[in-house]
Amino acid sequence: MAILDVKDIRKSFGQTQVLKGIGFSLERGQVVSVIGSSGSGKTTLLRCLNFLERPDGGSIAVNGEILFDAADPATQREAEIRRKRLHFGLVFQSFNLFPQYTALENVTLAGRLLAKEEPDYKTRKKEMFERIDAEARRLLAQMGLSDRMNNYPHQLSGGQQQRVAIARALALRPDILCFDEPTSALDPELTQEVLRVIRQLAERQTTMIIVTHEMAFARDVSSQVIFMDGGVVVEQGEPAQVIGAPTQARTRQFLDSYSQN
Amino acid sequence: MELILQQMPVVIRSLNVGFLQTLRLFFVTGLGAIPLGLVIALGSMSRFRPLSLLTRFVVWVVRGTPLMIQLLIIYYFPGRVLNNNIWGSGEAGRFLASAIAFIFNYACYFSEIYRGGIQSIPKGQQEAGLVLGMTRSQIFFKITLLQVIKRIVPPMSNEIITLVKDTALARIIALQEIIWAGQSFLKGSSGIAGAIWPLFFTAVYYLAFTGVVTLVLGRLEKRLDYFR
Repeated sequence: MAILDVKDIRKSFGQTQVLKGIGFSLERGQVVSVIGSSGSGKTTLLRCLNFLERPDGGSIAVNGEILFDAADPATQREAEIRRKRLHFGLVFQSFNLFPQYTALENVTLAGRLLAKEEPDYKTRKKEMFERIDAEARRLLAQMGLSDRMNNYPHQLSGGQQQRVAIARALALRPDILCFDEPTSALDPELTQEVLRVIRQLAERQTTMIIVTHEMAFARDVSSQVIFMDGGVVVEQGEPAQVIGAPTQARTRQFLDSYSQN
Repeated sequence: MELILQQMPVVIRSLNVGFLQTLRLFFVTGLGAIPLGLVIALGSMSRFRPLSLLTRFVVWVVRGTPLMIQLLIIYYFPGRVLNNNIWGSGEAGRFLASAIAFIFNYACYFSEIYRGGIQSIPKGQQEAGLVLGMTRSQIFFKITLLQVIKRIVPPMSNEIITLVKDTALARIIALQEIIWAGQSFLKGSSGIAGAIWPLFFTAVYYLAFTGVVTLVLGRLEKRLDYFR
């Protein structure tokens, strides 16, 4: 069974229809890259999956459970949406670390707050916090940030900040980790250090959706590539096919703009 | 000069009493207006249109009229117009009326500073909290609040220093604060009459106190310097 099943997602902002019926599915451990020009709806799609935008139409199912169905108001209750968000993690283009917390605190904050909702929080608080802390240290070490855990975001480079943000998203063990142009704010060197980390995650079978402009990386790391244009999926399939031998004229035109420079 | 030195002990004693009332009005206003300002800020940012329009209207009226007139209206309107003097005739009533006028006036100014501070926090901070499963109140208290405080300390310092000196306006309803105390030696009090220097000398008190306030707020600003 697919870990993620997205059907016919539609979203308009005022008169502008940004998503005109997007559908795809994803198996556990797979990586799907979403490519396309700015304004094609890639970011809006990720924001819909993370419930930062509410789709006007379509449905989202994780592990067979319908999380959202535009036709069924029962799936749209505000109180439950917060919990449903936890199926997904999101890494932003602009990192969005919390400036008043250290790298380590950025990674542990949400886990500690969620622990409060556990029934035995009062009696096992210390043990829970120790576990959250240990997990955060392990993730930051995995991101190559062992010596930066107690630094504040403004003391870190962009690449380091983005790696903290990845650790922060992983700490809640999402089923699917989403990246919204994770390297667009970084210079080529820092881009490589972040891509290296994402590549490692792919090797460890982390299920991911990556919106990116890094074609070589997408081709390398993905099991599936989706090319979006004007709010629709123009072409999808294996990277060797979509990026290597696109069948649609629009895809070729888009990819040509990359090879030209 | 010799006369001044001779009058000094009596005058200082009287100015100290007046200054105590000044300080009382200052702290009560701060304590009341700082939280009330947040309520007004949330009201003016409300998505419920009638509430935000009403709040903005009230803020416009309060900021658009002199505090001195507001003091006069609050103190005299009940007794002179409604024939129901709720304030009585003592110092306690004058203090209460002054405190209400000051709290409300300053809360309106603070609310605009808060609103600016809250709206200056990038939306990404809230979104990062949301995707990490935080509730709206967790996001406000654990993420937004400290960032807002850091940003509003400088403009708030300005307002708070202005407040120190604005307390002098309560003189208009004869609150016995330091200006009132200094002025009393002009008309005659404790055997001293026609002396204007005590009134001038009150400036020293204000200056010393704003110095203390500036130091305290500067330290607060420094303590929040650890992040950006």
